[in-house]
Amino acid sequence: MSQTQQAPLTYARITEDIVRMVDKPSMKWWALFIPTVMLVGLGATCFFYQVAMGLGVAGYRHPVFWGVYITDFVFWVGIAHSGTLISAILYLFRARFRMSIYRIAEAMTVFAVLTAGLFPIIHLGRPWNFLWLIPYPNSRELWVNFKSPLVWDVFAVGTYLTVSSLFFIVGMIPDIAAIRDKVKDTPRKIIYSILSFGWKGSNWEWLHYTRAYLYFAALATPLVLSVHSVVSWDFAMGNVPGWHSTIFPPYFVAGAIFSGLAMVITLTVPIRKIFHLEDYITLDNYDGMAKLIILTSCIVGYAYTAEFFMAWYSGSPYEWGQFVYRATGEYALFYWTMVICNCVVPISLWWEKVRKNIKALFVISILINIGMWFERFNIIVISLSRDFEPGAWGVYKISLVEAGITIGSFAWFFMFFLLFVKTLPAVSIAEMKELLPVPKKGG
Amino acid sequence: MDQGVVGIYSYQDSVLEAVGKLKEAGYRNMRVFSPFPSHEIEEAIDLPESPVRFFTLFGGLLGATCGIGFTVLTSSSWPIAVSAKPIVSILPYMIIVFELTVLFGALSTFLGLIINSLIRKRTPVRLYDERFSDDKFGIAVVCEKEELGAVEAILNSTGAEEIKFDEA
Repeated sequence: MSQTQQAPLTYARITEDIVRMVDKPSMKWWALFIPTVMLVGLGATCFFYQVAMGLGVAGYRHPVFWGVYITDFVFWVGIAHSGTLISAILYLFRARFRMSIYRIAEAMTVFAVLTAGLFPIIHLGRPWNFLWLIPYPNSRELWVNFKSPLVWDVFAVGTYLTVSSLFFIVGMIPDIAAIRDKVKDTPRKIIYSILSFGWKGSNWEWLHYTRAYLYFAALATPLVLSVHSVVSWDFAMGNVPGWHSTIFPPYFVAGAIFSGLAMVITLTVPIRKIFHLEDYITLDNYDGMAKLIILTSCIVGYAYTAEFFMAWYSGSPYEWGQFVYRATGEYALFYWTMVICNCVVPISLWWEKVRKNIKALFVISILINIGMWFERFNIIVISLSRDFEPGAWGVYKISLVEAGITIGSFAWFFMFFLLFVKTLPAVSIAEMKELLPVPKKGG
Repeated sequence: MDQGVVGIYSYQDSVLEAVGKLKEAGYRNMRVFSPFPSHEIEEAIDLPESPVRFFTLFGGLLGATCGIGFTVLTSSSWPIAVSAKPIVSILPYMIIVFELTVLFGALSTFLGLIINSLIRKRTPVRLYDERFSDDKFGIAVVCEKEELGAVEAILNSTGAEEIKFDEA
């Protein structure tokens, strides 16, 4: 859908177009960036207010002591997943539709994990003690408890952040070298020279580079599946009705990829428009992503049904009571929002017309993100608010501080993203060139 | 003292032809620059398999060993029963072992990449041209001073658009 009929893609045009993206920021960019930073400030203010006043200002009430912050944590870890799916798993499958979007997806992964990593700390009553999560012995030489899912989380999320950052950085080396060779002013030339590690693009470098990239992909593939499995065990290991379930790992991984793909669409639609990348991010790219969304939506929908079935079939009144409560209790609105956004709305993607309609995709992707946020909220909060002891039941309400921090986290994520598109190659230059037919003598 | 010469090309098939001819004439010390990874060029030059895979393997094995050692030794050093589970519980420790395998494997792959391709570059850097990251291919040959003429002739005959000599 190239409304602006431009010259066909050539190697030179690819370099030129991508290098143009890192030019001086436009007014449009500032108009997005400044409010984003202000919202980060709002989130930070809420956080410091909470540090000063204590966790009481969050909506925590007996019996719900895991609320919006843990919801946000799981949501952001989930968003991170499709970046690795697109960059590593689809790389191993040689899916060509990934090439123009994988850099954006990888950046999204890194920034989403950065955002997610904040929430376990925000959630602590004494956040300055977060160091206690790191495996080192305390003063009595007692080490962390390696049987605790929370410690698994530290290892999984820590490894994920490191590996996805490495993958992101390594992938960019040849493209940063291309920018280095194009920019004229000295300060930028120096910065890009350092970031490019002195890349020259000789066959010797490419040989090691392509092998290293393959091994990164091979390591990242099982890693991405493990990370959300570990996150799901934070819940599944607990003996709480609605949590204690063996389907959680695949259910969470599918949900993570589902929400992450939706976020890729949400992010790429405006970027494609602002930077005129219609020739790079094509309708086929969106078509491929939409098909993956259909698949993961079906898995998620199946998991919702299976949860109900198992609650009924188990014969446990606590399990069954929990699920009936989810669909009919105080939180029913949240539950049905989740079902409609995650299972009903994606049905429209079965039609190719919708898959190739950018505006429709954008709206659907936002609805999916909303639905997936509520999925995590429902699992965490509703399960906790009604467990075995009716005398201890309670209803949790989101407080203003929690809402402020959640909004701040979205702004924090977008802030990094905006900085990224203005400073680093948002579309892979080398891989776009690989897509073109190799130039031959005489055409 | 070795001298360098670089030919700049627009077409990959000319590059492949030149590489073949240079190899025939016995010039092995050459580097081909390209804006993207190319299997054809890799095959034409016929380099040995990249050693990066050993870095990945050893990193992964080291990570697994550290993971086992870390969990087993720390929990045995102060045996305290938690959640009615054995002091050394293999199943949950496997998660830590797995994560450390991936972590160390990835870090040492990165190290392998840096060492092999960016530090031990073996590329005549002076012969680099900024167009190689954009849309041109290049063949850089390092040879004796007397051989420069012969190499230049091969580069010319295969359609090099521009030939530059190493001034140093």
